[in-house]
Amino acid sequence: MASSTVSRARPDSRAPDVPRGRRVRRQLPSSPWLFAAPGLLIISAFILYPFVSTLVNAFTDRRTLIPGEFVGLANFRELLHDDMFWIGLRNSSLYVLGVVPALVILPLLLALLVQKNIPGITFFRSAFYTPVVASIVVVGLIWVWLLDERGLINSLLEAIGVGRIGFLSDQWLLLLSAMAVTVWKGLGYYMIIYLAALANVPRELHEAAAVDGAGAIRRFVTVTVPAVRSTMALVGALSSVAAFKVFSEVYLMAGPSGGPAGEDTTLVMLVQRTGTGLTGRVGYASAISVVVFVVTVALMLLVLRADRRGEA
Amino acid sequence: MTRVRKGELVLRYVLLLAVLALTVGPFLWQLSTSLKGPTEDIYSSPPSFLPRNPTFHNYERVADTIPVWDYAFNSLKVATANVVTNCVGSALAGYALARLRYRGRRAATLAFVLAMLVPVEGIIIAQFTTMRELGLNNTLIGVVLPGCIGAMNVLLMRNAFLNLPYEIEEAAYVDGANVWQRFLRIALPSVKGTVAVVAIFAFMGAWDDFLWPLIVLSDPSKFTLTIGLNYLHGTFANDERLVAAGTVIAVAPLIALFAGLQRYFFRGVGEGAVKG
Repeated sequence: MASSTVSRARPDSRAPDVPRGRRVRRQLPSSPWLFAAPGLLIISAFILYPFVSTLVNAFTDRRTLIPGEFVGLANFRELLHDDMFWIGLRNSSLYVLGVVPALVILPLLLALLVQKNIPGITFFRSAFYTPVVASIVVVGLIWVWLLDERGLINSLLEAIGVGRIGFLSDQWLLLLSAMAVTVWKGLGYYMIIYLAALANVPRELHEAAAVDGAGAIRRFVTVTVPAVRSTMALVGALSSVAAFKVFSEVYLMAGPSGGPAGEDTTLVMLVQRTGTGLTGRVGYASAISVVVFVVTVALMLLVLRADRRGEA
Repeated sequence: MTRVRKGELVLRYVLLLAVLALTVGPFLWQLSTSLKGPTEDIYSSPPSFLPRNPTFHNYERVADTIPVWDYAFNSLKVATANVVTNCVGSALAGYALARLRYRGRRAATLAFVLAMLVPVEGIIIAQFTTMRELGLNNTLIGVVLPGCIGAMNVLLMRNAFLNLPYEIEEAAYVDGANVWQRFLRIALPSVKGTVAVVAIFAFMGAWDDFLWPLIVLSDPSKFTLTIGLNYLHGTFANDERLVAAGTVIAVAPLIALFAGLQRYFFRGVGEGAVKG
């Protein structure tokens, strides 16, 4: 079929000068770029260009309606003396410390729980994924209601005699509650990543360990954990980068001004607050953004390096 | 094969139910609150989980308070646009990166990889000023544009196209099919699963997004649901029934969508998994 088509020597302008064996690789000269153009245009205009202009703006005193001038390191010097910046850096860092260990370990345990194909397991898997599907705004508002002074959790605490706790009025309890919400929403997402990794752990390893008399906990430590170590590093990297950039949970639970005296402000909340609006200090907010870039890249490298050292 | 012992099975189900209560319970509590009438005490201790006289009254009231259906329609427009542009744009670009040969292909691939690594939270202010320069601030188009062809989706599509055997397209080429015909008739139908995944995530991402629309949209008549909910919460925080009804409106379509399409979410996960 194919050979007859070729021998007929179709009036295809491209066919004659195609080098032998490289036929598929030839096409109209303009078309490859036509294919890639929309995507390249969008990411250039709205991701790569803003990235570069953030780096440039960080060294200017640009404001929303004023172009601004080059001011060298003035923004960064100002950051050093800005209490709000240190509060933001502290809270975003604490967020990483609080959230990441939980998100590396709990979803792995959850994945082990839903891994075995027992009746109804697909229902449980999907149900555990629901918080991932729901918008962070919905999730935030649900938890604001649950943790309210008069909300469900406090009603239950009172009913069992513990008394009511001001989860959302104390600076530290608020931050802890937001972390708990982040973990709650992330569980299902990382569970799926672990499920995929667990599927590749050879079953024989577990059986061999079982034959040698290893119990469930011992098998977990000696077989499962080493086998999913690089996935744990990936989850660690993803969750630490996400945790450092936290915005919505804290914004919704603490309010736009960041809780009591702004003590719960995170770095990205600070970027949003200083950089937007008609009087927004674009240059200064960009300098904070640069700090966010640097720390997230550092976190990612740190976690992935720790993994490599663990394997060596 | 080891068989699941009865004791272990019971323990597993107990744990599964406990986690179920923890993950789905809060949604049900929200639903319950939204159905409680104005005379029912929603702060009672011990709490009552079932509304005594279930009513949809709060849903009517939330629509009187904020134009919640307009907001839902705005969200739908944004999400639909996002699905179309992401599917079309990433399929085209992914095909160009995976199957076409030309100078600069490596550079193009690198551009998408770099774009995927840029933390969006760090560039929102610059995105915002870019939108201002384009005069698209406070428009739904401005909400859609930055994410309308996600770099991650392009790379997903690229990987899907890379996995197709070359022979299929070679045969079509020999038969005289040009690059568009090969793309539309042969390559694209073979990666339908990945397109579906891109579509689902594009819809969810747009429907759920909060930070970017919060920054771009200032005119309450143009709000999307998430921004409208935040507004409702900020302005009418004292009536939890209303806020609860609003959140149920925002989350119900997504849960329905997810329930309908969940097998795509877990594609591949179950296949290689250990059979108990």
